[in-house]
Amino acid sequence: MSDSTPGFREMKSVVVRFAGDSGDGMQIVGERFTDTSVTVPNSIATFPDFPAEIRAPVGTIGGVSAFQVHFGSNKVLTPGDEPDALVAMNPAALAVHLSDLAKGGLLVVNSAAFTADNLKMAGFASNPLDDPSLAANYKLVALDITGLALESLKDTTLTNREKLRCKNFFALGFMYWIYTRPIEPTIEYINTKWAKKMPDLADANIRVLKAGYYLGETSELTRNRYSVARADVAPGIYRKISGNEATALGLIAASQRAGRELLFSGYPITPATAIIEALAGYRHFGVITVQAEDEIAAIGVAIGASYAGKLGATATSGPGMCLKAEFIGLAITTELPLVIVNVQRGGPSTGLPTKTEQSDLFQALYGRHGESPLPVLAANSPSDCFSAAFEAARIAIAYSTPVILLTDGYLANGSEPWNVPDESTLPDISRPFADETKPYVAFARNPETLARTQAIPGQPGLEHRIGGIEKNENGAISYDPENHSIMTGLRAAKVAGIAKSLPPLEVLGAHTGKVLVIGWGGTHGAITSAVAALRAEGFEVSSTNLRYLNPLPSDLGPLIQGFDHVLVPELNNGQLNQILRATYLVEAVSMTKIMGRPFKVSEIREHILELLND
Amino acid sequence: MATALQSTPAAPELTRKDFVPPNEVRWCPGCGDYAILNSLQRTFPELGVPRENFAIISGIGCSSRFPFYMNTYGFHTIHGRAPSVATGVKVANPELSVWIITGDGDGLSIGGNHLLHLLRRNLDVTVLLFNNRIYGLTKGQYSPTSPIGTRTKTSPTGSLENPLNPVLFALGAEATFVARTVDNNPKHMVETFKAAHEHKGVSFVEIFQNCVIFNDSTWESVYGKESRDEQMLFLEVGKPLLFGKDKAKGIRLNGLTPEVVDAAAAAPGEILIHQPAQASPLYAHLLATMGQPDFPTPMGVIRKVEKPTYDALVHEQIDQAHAKRGTGTWQELLHGDSTWTVK
Repeated sequence: MSDSTPGFREMKSVVVRFAGDSGDGMQIVGERFTDTSVTVPNSIATFPDFPAEIRAPVGTIGGVSAFQVHFGSNKVLTPGDEPDALVAMNPAALAVHLSDLAKGGLLVVNSAAFTADNLKMAGFASNPLDDPSLAANYKLVALDITGLALESLKDTTLTNREKLRCKNFFALGFMYWIYTRPIEPTIEYINTKWAKKMPDLADANIRVLKAGYYLGETSELTRNRYSVARADVAPGIYRKISGNEATALGLIAASQRAGRELLFSGYPITPATAIIEALAGYRHFGVITVQAEDEIAAIGVAIGASYAGKLGATATSGPGMCLKAEFIGLAITTELPLVIVNVQRGGPSTGLPTKTEQSDLFQALYGRHGESPLPVLAANSPSDCFSAAFEAARIAIAYSTPVILLTDGYLANGSEPWNVPDESTLPDISRPFADETKPYVAFARNPETLARTQAIPGQPGLEHRIGGIEKNENGAISYDPENHSIMTGLRAAKVAGIAKSLPPLEVLGAHTGKVLVIGWGGTHGAITSAVAALRAEGFEVSSTNLRYLNPLPSDLGPLIQGFDHVLVPELNNGQLNQILRATYLVEAVSMTKIMGRPFKVSEIREHILELLND
Repeated sequence: MATALQSTPAAPELTRKDFVPPNEVRWCPGCGDYAILNSLQRTFPELGVPRENFAIISGIGCSSRFPFYMNTYGFHTIHGRAPSVATGVKVANPELSVWIITGDGDGLSIGGNHLLHLLRRNLDVTVLLFNNRIYGLTKGQYSPTSPIGTRTKTSPTGSLENPLNPVLFALGAEATFVARTVDNNPKHMVETFKAAHEHKGVSFVEIFQNCVIFNDSTWESVYGKESRDEQMLFLEVGKPLLFGKDKAKGIRLNGLTPEVVDAAAAAPGEILIHQPAQASPLYAHLLATMGQPDFPTPMGVIRKVEKPTYDALVHEQIDQAHAKRGTGTWQELLHGDSTWTVK
């Protein structure tokens, strides 16, 4: 596509949201739209938003599923604040999502779904499509998507039910036309996916897709077409990746570089399950996955594997972390390497299983009894989960310690293009087990890192016992008061000492100024977008994203000193803010949001402006 | 196996002393655990396993201190969870001989779920469950195997709960090897431990064990000098179920119900023959439900059937994946199914 296509309105970036019933195939359509846009190439970020219920009753508010895709010629770091276009496949989808649509935005609705029954289920007293204000406030395109899809399939042998299932591709085809996207990648996808097994269905979906596209071309329903120029994307080989996939790959890559096979054990829990599902497909990399009987057993299996010399890892979400707490304490005191991934979700208790939140920071840092510090890391974008998981494994092995990696539902399910690294850039993180020719002292420490060296079952002459009871350097049980104080201190010093190995903080903007925005985890995209825009407008604002929550990087304190104000946006009630205030005695300002949703760029921007005007 | 932990082929003969660590044993004087420890230290040198290939995993409780008293690799984990750690160890390295030491509280109360799943998976490990029908380390509370009416500090007027039968529990999970032994019979313990080790698959051994402080003589009515002949039935493969002084009594079936008969008066072939390898769990269940007050308590191997083990199947799948797809490459890992190039 040329950079500027005549007859089209050129947009820097566009946010499209597809919304419909859980059974309407909105996730598939969103994925296709994404895959097509990455090849343009556009810079891109996505956000699937689906209900916890697998199939809530058709047509209800609870059953609405949505997929938002943000694509642009500029740098896209978030799935976008508010959609420029909304596709609503039924009244419930309209009811849930209309308030998010930008004023004057494009609104495509499937008018056929606006039946009396569906309107009632969505809580509409009258048909909103009849309300003139809808067309006045938005660019309304009401299409009989159901009827048009059926019409395009009238001479096929498919059942009516099968025909109806194709209607999502009609909406997709139409949106491809509006945003001048090619339909070929989708045709290719349908062919490779279904043509062999279900040729009739593949053919039908292609027909409906084309029908949607050509409707735009032949009708005068809307004169507005948009083009988004190709983004200035760094050269390289790219793939689309979600956070959970990236976490899985990061763990495998680490196991390869550590020379220890990965043994991952998990228990199904939303939104972490996709990690064990992904890993189960990598058996030919020597990856062993054990689906344990519960959350406690899952970490137990991983600890057992670490003890026997593998790279043990587990992943879960908030409620599962609560259950793992006692075992994490055991891994801390026995000083075994272990990676624990917490894909955070809304809490407490079952909370909001499919929605995102950052409210487990305190739990990661302090959620155990006793003095039990461990390293805590956070990933900041879907593809960054790869590097974060690799780094978590590096620290676990180098310092012989369990490590918690925090991701969240937003990163886990969101996806973005990933500039695939060359494997030569991944460091060797191997560490030998104990030397069989020398006497073994189980808790003797490396003077640099304070890490102990593991002897693993099967190594002759190094037989020894470890366990949860306090021990002395030799690994022998010790109830000696002095010894407990010394061992507690050593374990803490080991974790604190990791700070020496951390890279300098990456700071967007100057190292001094009026406002420093400190974020962690998945808020990175929104914070960076807001700060970059404000800097371009000349404001003295900088930002940094913390990969390491424990230990905190040693250059964070000095950085904070250089600013008049510190703003800490978090999707919790101010947990990092409290830590920063306690650690650096700084009057950091907390910005919080507990709605199961990520920050909008505009929300962060407004808050920064308030501080700048202070 | 990438870790390639091969045992030394010409290892010197091991003796009991090789399994005695320098640290002192800290159970109460007279505890049944001493006899069990002694028997296991006598068993291990006879198994043909290099010492470094033993891993003893325990939970929490008096019995779970066991790893510290065996000069092997040992891991004293957390309450009830030894089966999960043992699963990780065994799946990580199937060459190891993994032993789980647990008790009635650790294994059947707080860790009941893990034990259940360990047994049904048929992981090739041995579980020794020390059953003393009491919580000893916390100083005497009723356990999931305490008989109804047991008076303890938490049940001053008698416990109300139906006790769990450990053998029946193991059979319910379809454990492939189920046995029972007693802490006052070292010879029988060693025999049972050896049989458990030889079994390919999960081996579950219940040991009647005496807590001298909080539940002294709990099994006296079963294995005491006065009662042992009448109250225990020692099982031998292919031999009739006989017990009592001079083996004068036998067990026969009346419909689906066992009954005690005078062996001499029984018709030929009427006395049940011990067949632990029967695929149907029915016979093993019948043995499991026998015990006081109406029956002698069966001792020895109650069930032993062959089934594929979890650890072997896991590695079989890994090998199959390698055979089918080759060994994974960096290109495959990082690039996945579809990439695009930006120039």
